[in-house]
Amino acid sequence: MREFDLVIVGGGPAGMAAAIAAREKGLENVVIFERDHSLGGILNQCIHNGFGLHTFKEELTGPEYAYRYAVKVDELGIPYETGTMVLDINDKREVTIISPGRGVETVKAGAVVLAMGCRERPRGALNIPGFRPKGVYTAGTAQKLVNIEGVVPGRSVVILGSGDIGLIMARRMTLEGAKVKAVVELMPYSSGLKRNIVQCLEDYDIPLMLSHTVVDIRGKDKLEGVYVAAVDSKNVPIEGTEEYFECDTLLLSCGLLPENELSRSCGVVIDPRTGGAVVNESLETSIEGVFACGNVLHVHDLVDFVSEESARAGAAAADFVKNGRRTGGEQIKLIPGNGVRYTVPGTVDVTNVEQEVHIRFRVTGVFRNSSIVMTCGGSEVFRRRSRILVPSEMQDVVIKKEKLEGLSGEMTVEIRGE
Amino acid sequence: MIKELTCICCPMGCALTVEVEGDKVVKVEGNTCKRGADYAVSEITAPTRVVTTTVISVQGRPVPVKTAVPIPKDKIFEVTEKIKSAEVSLPVNVGDVIIEDLYGSPIVVCAKVG
Ligand SMILES: Cc1cc2nc3c(=O)[nH]c(=O)nc-3n(C[C@H](O)[C@H](O)[C@H](O)COP(=O)(O)OP(=O)(O)OC[C@H]3O[C@@H](n4cnc5c(N)ncnc54)[C@H](O)[C@@H]3O)c2cc1C
Ligand code: SF4
Repeated sequence: MREFDLVIVGGGPAGMAAAIAAREKGLENVVIFERDHSLGGILNQCIHNGFGLHTFKEELTGPEYAYRYAVKVDELGIPYETGTMVLDINDKREVTIISPGRGVETVKAGAVVLAMGCRERPRGALNIPGFRPKGVYTAGTAQKLVNIEGVVPGRSVVILGSGDIGLIMARRMTLEGAKVKAVVELMPYSSGLKRNIVQCLEDYDIPLMLSHTVVDIRGKDKLEGVYVAAVDSKNVPIEGTEEYFECDTLLLSCGLLPENELSRSCGVVIDPRTGGAVVNESLETSIEGVFACGNVLHVHDLVDFVSEESARAGAAAADFVKNGRRTGGEQIKLIPGNGVRYTVPGTVDVTNVEQEVHIRFRVTGVFRNSSIVMTCGGSEVFRRRSRILVPSEMQDVVIKKEKLEGLSGEMTVEIRGE
Repeated sequence: MIKELTCICCPMGCALTVEVEGDKVVKVEGNTCKRGADYAVSEITAPTRVVTTTVISVQGRPVPVKTAVPIPKDKIFEVTEKIKSAEVSLPVNVGDVIIEDLYGSPIVVCAKVG
């Protein structure tokens, strides 16, 4: 059986950053398993720019951002095996993989980093009645078709959902000569970035229909058109508001879900709020020596945050391999309070914190002139005022170790208006 | 003339009301900070965008490319068309230039392909 100190599952930005950090901590025997034929993950198909402003202080396209990390992986001589899919991980950290070259193989890992990314919500999750004619794709599938395969799936397009991938694809299809008739959004606001609304829709006069949804589809074998209707405050379609749009393509952009089938099958405890693993301050899951980072842990909007988080996971995994687990510290349990949907991590053991700990979360709605407040046992540990907090932006709070020393029990993270 | 814009510089997304005389901005309202005013001036007087697209290589695989610097916004379609008709043969690498100058910008390759 081949043995590795560290096995990394997935070679996207998360997997690459984790591998680099582990190697820089002196761990030699590291490997990345990637099911695709190259490193880079979802970034390979995200050819638009806007990546890496925090990390490189310039705006890169997705492939350029991935390339910088792939070059680093090569420079450090970190081995990676592409075309290799991880099938199973057990609690002894035996990892089963399949590849064309070696067939099914089980390898032994000192530690594992899960970096499988996320996938789009399947269309079954959407409540569109009727047939499933040709011409209905998720926005990410369409992105892959256009940017990787070089195939433009249609000439006239309606997009359901105004998340960033849908907005990006509205512009992309327009530049490829298609007519994008409308972007339809159920909610009264878009979950996409302002910048994308301006530069992907307004620049091309593509209408954004808020509080609307697709109620019916016409076309038996091939899509012919869709019916769009306004919805009331309970998201119920309002009768008589239906409008027909002729189109050969419907793109669904309805959010992302961490890709955790593998984690579940090996018994990692999943947080239903994030769809990702429950982790501690070291980004270690409920299985000892198995770490998680990037979009498989919680869906990120900024790849810079993915890289930074994953470097911490890689460093923690290297530390685990070299020094084993440090135990015995006081546990602090993080509780999402008013306005906070979840926190990553869920628990903090102060003994394992080197200098500081990152606490990341999303807010439940739009909060203006409010503060992020953390309290533990009646005393305030952290407070930061913000002019605006929005659900589409992940919050990142960094707390120094000194602030946490001596604390135990529950620490509440909440938003307070003032 | 009055123009309405949304500032894209931060998540506040302030609704800007811009008073324009000829091609000059005389007043910006609705911005919460100076960045909003600067944005309004550049959007009104000389809006520019980085264009990213693909060009199908001789071998058939798409190659992602971009304008190295922002180009005038009203030239987006023209630039995209010109890029599409460029002849590109694999292999290519990040940073390769496929067109020297389109409205002041070189067109550069964004990925290693082939
Ligand atoms: C369409 C889209 C547009 C985006 N736009 C922006 C933007 O403009 N700016 C920005 O900053 N961020 C953007 N993001 C976010 C950013 O790209 C992601 O946060 C980032 O790519 C996540 O990295 P990751 O490594 O966690 O996941 P991924 O990039 O998804 O990589 C996961 C990798 O794991 C592999 N894998 C999965 N399961 C297995 C298995 N069982 N065995 C082996 N390998 C496996 C996959 O093949 C993949 O290569 C965008 C994301 C998407 C989806
Ligand atoms: S004007 Fe200032 S505060 Fe308002 S959106 Fe622009 S950058 Fe943000």
